[in-house]
Amino acid sequence: MTASTEALAPSRLRRGATRTGVKIFVDAAFAALLFVGTIVGVIALATLIWTILDQGWERLVADPAGFLTNYVSRLPARAGIRAALIGSIYLMVLTALFTFPIGVGAAIYLEEFAPRNRVTNFVEANIANLAGVPSVVYGLLGLGIFARFLRLGPSLLAGALTLTVMSLPVVIVAGREAIRAVPDGIRLGAYALGATKWQTVSRQVLPAALPGTLTGTILALSRAIGETAPLLVIGLPIVIFSMPNDLRDPVSALPLLIFDWTSRPQQAFAAAAAAASIILLALLLAMNAVAIFLRNRYTIRW
Amino acid sequence: MSDDRPPTSSPAGDRTPAGDDAAGITRSTARPLERVIVVGLFTCAVLSVAVTVGIVAVLLVDTISFFSQSSLVEFLTGTVWAPGRGAGEDGQYGMLPLLSGTLMIGVGSIVVGLPLGLLTAIYLSEYAHPRVRGWLKPILEILAGIPTVIVGFFALQFITPDLLRPIFGEENVFIFNAAAGSIAVGLMILPIIASISEDAMRAVPSSLREAAFGLGASKRQVSLRVVVPAALSGISASVILAFSRAVGETMAVTIAAGNTPTLSWNYFESIQTLTASIAQTVRGEVAAGTVRYDALFALGLTLFLITLVMNLISARIVRRYRQVYS
Repeated sequence: MTASTEALAPSRLRRGATRTGVKIFVDAAFAALLFVGTIVGVIALATLIWTILDQGWERLVADPAGFLTNYVSRLPARAGIRAALIGSIYLMVLTALFTFPIGVGAAIYLEEFAPRNRVTNFVEANIANLAGVPSVVYGLLGLGIFARFLRLGPSLLAGALTLTVMSLPVVIVAGREAIRAVPDGIRLGAYALGATKWQTVSRQVLPAALPGTLTGTILALSRAIGETAPLLVIGLPIVIFSMPNDLRDPVSALPLLIFDWTSRPQQAFAAAAAAASIILLALLLAMNAVAIFLRNRYTIRW
Repeated sequence: MSDDRPPTSSPAGDRTPAGDDAAGITRSTARPLERVIVVGLFTCAVLSVAVTVGIVAVLLVDTISFFSQSSLVEFLTGTVWAPGRGAGEDGQYGMLPLLSGTLMIGVGSIVVGLPLGLLTAIYLSEYAHPRVRGWLKPILEILAGIPTVIVGFFALQFITPDLLRPIFGEENVFIFNAAAGSIAVGLMILPIIASISEDAMRAVPSSLREAAFGLGASKRQVSLRVVVPAALSGISASVILAFSRAVGETMAVTIAAGNTPTLSWNYFESIQTLTASIAQTVRGEVAAGTVRYDALFALGLTLFLITLVMNLISARIVRRYRQVYS
């Protein structure tokens, strides 16, 4: 041992110790940064909901019945969401009636019957791409085909068909996942008892996959009911003073009304927009609660 | 998938062809109804192809009509977007201002959404206690599910007056500005980046993490030097997909970012995106057959092509990284 190595050793040790200290500090700072970054999204959501409640609550509780049952008005204090709320509910019910059977049918075909060939691959790739098409482009499709070409105009039916086309890819994907989650033992057991392919699918696979499919459908519908752009593009009206009696009648929708009120300069309309947003968010929350309930209550764990 | 056929088509059938054939005949002829059902199900699946054909056809027909009356060169290189009004229709249809507005929102929302989304993904995948994760995931889903028109309201009523203006000065920030639109859209794409990136990070095999821990790496080093690089393809796929969503976003940018087609790159000024231009035109009750109406579909086709290319790139990257680890 020379003097020089003895002198070196402690300094090396010290350097190692400070490095460890720095490392611990940087590690802790990084963990803190991650947490802060994550919490920013939560704070943003909380701020959004607070802003809506802060601006709309007073307007809503001032005259809740009038707000829900009045038609729109030039006077913000007398304006209500009746036509828009009813229109949104009609649109949702009709969209559900169209989307669910077609979406489930397509999901069954792709999971249970489709041969592995180019046609199937093409259909699958096509559905994946449709899921990424902007909603405003679906609006142009609805405007070009449903409203103009089929001469439905800005009607309940044109709106529901546009929302159906937009929601289908989501429902198909959810349906396929639910069907895929049904174990093969169920199918093989049915075959062993002499069931045909369709009997197996309709009596064993589908009932088992129903909760997952329904959950996916409700989530897709809750997205559709919050959509503004496609309905705006096909030209659904905002100012409307009647209830639809026929599929060809014009309807309005809540998001359209919120958009209209938001674009007006008067602060009183902003309050009305916030109040209408509360109703829309409550509707979405209720739908999501039903979806979560279905998922937790009826999903079978294999 | 389709491997689980009835036993008739099993390989065992090759050894007893007679018996298998007999069973096959009973199956296919005894239930003619089943064939009808399968055809019906097939129709449902093929309807989606019809939708794509419909989109392309609708966009193309009116786009062709648009370019028969207006110049393609002007559309692609013109710097003034001033659609004609009324019967005269002396409009200028240069798309570049709308494209620059769209690009500003796309880039701006990534600047907001990518860091937050990535931090969230690392936290959820590597750090968060399962119970915290169980709380955070649904919150992100709620954020992703807020209707875009409400996010736009939030941008106009909170982000601009209560966030941007106090920081950057009342006189510098327009009521409608690209920054507010970018923040709003950034919040919308945050859950997309977070959830896809988190999936990619969780798909990284734990043996890689354990090896790094065994070499004395800290959790931060494992996250940043092992997990993030290994999940990089998934993360980039999520960013491209998020950018595509931002480009296609309509309501928040229409409400918050304004309706001024301009080539200015100032984030505190009013701009107009491709989508906002479509929304603005349809609000004006534009008559079918006019150049302005046809211009809608030319913009729609541009939007469709941009998002399609980005989605295809994103899907290709995802497919590639799946092959590596599973």
